[in-house]
Amino acid sequence: MKAGVVVFPDSNCDRDVMVALRAASGGEPVVLWHKESSVPPLDLIVLPGGFSYGDYLRPGAMAAHSPIMRAVKERATAGTPVLAICNGFQVACEAGLLPGALLRNASLKYVCRDVHLRVEQSQTVFTARYAQGQVVRIPVGHHDGNYVADAATLDRLEGEGRVAFRYVTPEGEPTAGANPNGSARNIAGVFNETRTVLGLMPHPERLADIRLGGTDGRAMFESLVEALA
Amino acid sequence: MKARVHITLKDGVLDPQGKAIGDSLRRIGYTSVSGVRQGKLIELDIDEKDRRRAAAEVERMCKDLLANPVIESYAIELDGVG
Repeated sequence: MKAGVVVFPDSNCDRDVMVALRAASGGEPVVLWHKESSVPPLDLIVLPGGFSYGDYLRPGAMAAHSPIMRAVKERATAGTPVLAICNGFQVACEAGLLPGALLRNASLKYVCRDVHLRVEQSQTVFTARYAQGQVVRIPVGHHDGNYVADAATLDRLEGEGRVAFRYVTPEGEPTAGANPNGSARNIAGVFNETRTVLGLMPHPERLADIRLGGTDGRAMFESLVEALA
Repeated sequence: MKARVHITLKDGVLDPQGKAIGDSLRRIGYTSVSGVRQGKLIELDIDEKDRRRAAAEVERMCKDLLANPVIESYAIELDGVG
């Protein structure tokens, strides 16, 4: 699998995700600088976490208009899988690759802790190594992760099986207490129409090695390698 | 020409910052406050003397970058020559 990781000014999870990709694939990801206007042939594009452009205007808004994103959108439209994590999810929404938007957390607090997620859709290149309905533990670290979309959009996402992950209790219940940021319907991640773009606020790359305290994130990178290698 | 763009969260979109401001105002005695919405103001200097063209240009800026139509609405105010 040949993966490319986009780096914006103030991306800060690009190296972490490259470690996880390397561990899963054995291959070396390429770095895609935000000022570049084309991307080489790739099997996967990653939009990593961070605070691109200092979160000015709105998180992800400036990055969504950087030169590299025009090329990323073209590739995504042509079917190249895009994994958009945390700030990458915000960028993908701002760029129109995914529906909805991410607002300030309902608590107004930055939240940084492990959360439990239920795998809502395991029939994708990102999630094939997870079981449908499996509960996994993955960290979040964000100030603006409150997913919103209008009711019609949310209904469509649910109806089309495009909710990827939901915040749940360790027992798998999507309660208000299990929701770290106020997201609509406890949604932690969504797919585009073809399920080739995944955006999620939690960081699978941060628990993809036992030395980091857990490995629940590893299956996402293994799923991608299996599907795209 | 100067343009001011007022950006606010759409009706129905939860505004936790506005809510926190309202809670604070009531706590310090301003009990008449029944709602607060927080927005932002963007001031632009535009090299354009024609009012209509300036308005159309700012409208495009709002759609392209300044506002996110999923969550925000905007109002444009122009002043200066014209």
